[in-house]
Amino acid sequence: MRATLSTLVSLIAGMAAALQASAAEVTTFSLDNELEVVVLEDHRAPVVVHMLWYKAGAADEPIGKSGISHFLEHLMFKGTDEMDVGEFSATVGANGGTDNAFTSQDYTAYFQRVAADRLELMMTMEADRMQDLAFTDLDMRTERDVVLEERKQRTDSAPGALFREQLQSAQYLNHPYGVPIIGWRHEIVDLETEDAFDFYKRHYAPNNAVLIVAGDVTPEEVRSFAEATYGKIPANPDIGPRVRPSEPPQLSERRLVMADPRVAQPYVTRTYLAPERNAGDQREAAALTLLASLLGGDSATSFLGRKLQFESSKAVYTSAFYSGRSLDDTTFGLAIVPSSGVSLEEAEAALDEAVAAFMKSEIDLDQLNRIKRQIRASEIYARDDVGSLARTYGAALTSGLTVQDVQDWPNILQSVSPEEIKAAAARVFDRSNAVTGWLTGATEEVSQ
Amino acid sequence: MIRFLAVFFILVASPLKAAVEIQEVTSPGGFRAWLVEEHSIPFAAIEIRFKGGASLDDPDTRGAIHLMTGLLEEGAADKDARAFAQARDDLATSIGFDIYDDSLSISLKFLSENRHESVALLRDALNAPRFDPSAVERVRSQVLSILRSDAEDPNEIASATFDELAFGTHPYGSSLEGTLASVEALTRDDLIDAKNRILAQDRVFVGASGDITPEELASVMDMLFSDLPLTGAAMPSRVEVGLKGGVTVVDYDTPQSVALFGHSGIKQEDPEFFAAFLLNTILGASGFEARLMTELREKRGLTYGIYSYLAPKDYAELYVGQFSTSNDRMAEAIEVARAEWTRMSEEGVTEAELARAKTYLTGAYPLRFDGNGPIANIMVGMQMQGLPIDYIPTRNDRVTAVTLEEVNDLASRLLRPEDLHFVVVGRPEGLASSN
Repeated sequence: MRATLSTLVSLIAGMAAALQASAAEVTTFSLDNELEVVVLEDHRAPVVVHMLWYKAGAADEPIGKSGISHFLEHLMFKGTDEMDVGEFSATVGANGGTDNAFTSQDYTAYFQRVAADRLELMMTMEADRMQDLAFTDLDMRTERDVVLEERKQRTDSAPGALFREQLQSAQYLNHPYGVPIIGWRHEIVDLETEDAFDFYKRHYAPNNAVLIVAGDVTPEEVRSFAEATYGKIPANPDIGPRVRPSEPPQLSERRLVMADPRVAQPYVTRTYLAPERNAGDQREAAALTLLASLLGGDSATSFLGRKLQFESSKAVYTSAFYSGRSLDDTTFGLAIVPSSGVSLEEAEAALDEAVAAFMKSEIDLDQLNRIKRQIRASEIYARDDVGSLARTYGAALTSGLTVQDVQDWPNILQSVSPEEIKAAAARVFDRSNAVTGWLTGATEEVSQ
Repeated sequence: MIRFLAVFFILVASPLKAAVEIQEVTSPGGFRAWLVEEHSIPFAAIEIRFKGGASLDDPDTRGAIHLMTGLLEEGAADKDARAFAQARDDLATSIGFDIYDDSLSISLKFLSENRHESVALLRDALNAPRFDPSAVERVRSQVLSILRSDAEDPNEIASATFDELAFGTHPYGSSLEGTLASVEALTRDDLIDAKNRILAQDRVFVGASGDITPEELASVMDMLFSDLPLTGAAMPSRVEVGLKGGVTVVDYDTPQSVALFGHSGIKQEDPEFFAAFLLNTILGASGFEARLMTELREKRGLTYGIYSYLAPKDYAELYVGQFSTSNDRMAEAIEVARAEWTRMSEEGVTEAELARAKTYLTGAYPLRFDGNGPIANIMVGMQMQGLPIDYIPTRNDRVTAVTLEEVNDLASRLLRPEDLHFVVVGRPEGLASSN
């Protein structure tokens, strides 16, 4: 039931990913043009995952051009000097592989999953579109319509997604994380070819990318293929440090009420501005990761689940969520989906009481040890899915972390004390940094 | 015990062969499983299916099997819901229950050192679920919450409308979650009855992969299943797809309409199934430069995605597709989709398209065998479909053997544009229900 309900609320749980550790054979090196390379070996099946990650995402967009990083991701499939529209994916498919791409606030990544002996072809094509992107204005306009339909499908048709967009926007007073990854509709409609090429030329270069190859390959093979393909592309001397506008002190809690007749199940959510994992400095984020699990992990064993779903049955679902993998300040979130007959006001009060009770009580050491045991086990389970491990490394290395940080993370999680968790909780639960939102289907409920 | 070893090739010109060594394991208690032993990582994945799924619901207590499934992890034997969850988490074991029209599925994953305790937990869940009143009410309220949300979700509305048109009063025609009224009325006795209808020895299938020996797997099966009832409810009967060509519009205030469309399909065991599979790959498969995607998305920007797929269920077969588009473009999108259905029905596919689809499908097949979980899943799926244990190394040859003539001969019989029924949820401009 939990899985279905968490889809219903569609909050970013990120727990499995946050806890996931590393355990494969890892080799790293750089090419002369500063392309970072990570090889994760797994020789059980003759398959590789080839991923190219750019250190450029939605939070790196120029003001007024929201959505350009994601739009460019779409346009990267439209062809190059040498390849026709759609030929990239067609070639991957003709070789029995699958390919796709994704954009976040901090990165844009392209990947293919193919038989191990097609790796060099994938690198040849990916290197080609790193420098020789080419498409017509007609293709650009058609693809812009596709992106607008994507926004309608994923955001405008889903009240929960619109609500999250409003919350996120209220959370950041100055930092670009407040702008949605897909972009605001009124700005997407005006994006042009030139905008896409400006972003492409500024950010897409070997010295702003990370190559991850995972599966049935050796580091020597990867190095030799990479030198013959990506190695031919010169570094862009204009790539500098990633500096973004930062948050001023947040002095006042923001409260949002959104009513949408399509909402059948109202809920309350609150996010607090929270520190992220930083290179060489991950303890606070580790404490917050464990805090999220203690408070709102499994509903039968977590603090909020026990208090609000088992003891008082005020809620049909509760959650606490935190993902520390972010270049800049992230958020720690709480959510409660009230039981039938419980108003949002009562639900919020019950949530506040439960959090206050958690802060007053001792941390349940049995539960903390249980969570730590699961983290240790997840390192073993993770070895079975090298593609997911590749994603962990790619996201970390484009979010300000190093390979060492990824490898240290499981041990840091193990070493965090109950006192550190309490202290991190006391720091993060600061209402002046918070956004509290009520999503409801009918305005009457709000006035209760 | 049958053993075989698939020969392993890597040739640049030809696709990979899927290479796993499957053993058939029969336990002393008579339960059978397919196993791929792989001892390099100290854990195992076991996939269990009980055939019949939510379609075995008593019609008077629709939703009972779904609610019962949600309660299997909410307390068993001497452990209440919390003690059960703590024991599971102490072992770092994962137990997933899911319910579908044709099967109840259980995914078990455990560290080798915790095998016995993990299996004992699952045994209790299957044989001695408590259905404590507090747990029943808690999970019932979650299901009711989901049902209320589904009633406002355009995709769910489209599926419910389509299923009812296609299958009427057959279990496929209604939501397996039940209705607000039916779920509210369910009693503890209904849940016990639901469990006995589905969790029985005569309908269980098992696939396993990872760090477990045949002997260990045999004892796992005996431990899990020996105390279950020998038999459960009678399997559902076949149903004819009741769709007629046309359009049904369900009014819903949203900026983008959802369309779900289709007509009857083809049985998985039909000798022409691979020809149908190739046809559909070219028409509308995801991950492939299919015609529907090219025409609606790449050329016209009408949608973020359109897909078609063959849906052979156990007691009926559908051929369906779906997409979303703005209200003002839905009429055009339907016209283009219908035109592509017609074009392929009348003209078939080209030699080049067929060759490309074959390379894609044969190349993608071995990539599926990437991890203990996916392999166990494939093992159990093959058994439920009645495929032979030596099927895997022959599968790509079956795809390759299909000729252009066979595909194009099937096209006009499989694709019947006049029979397509479109269910549209939204406010599509210039489109009205036809009947």
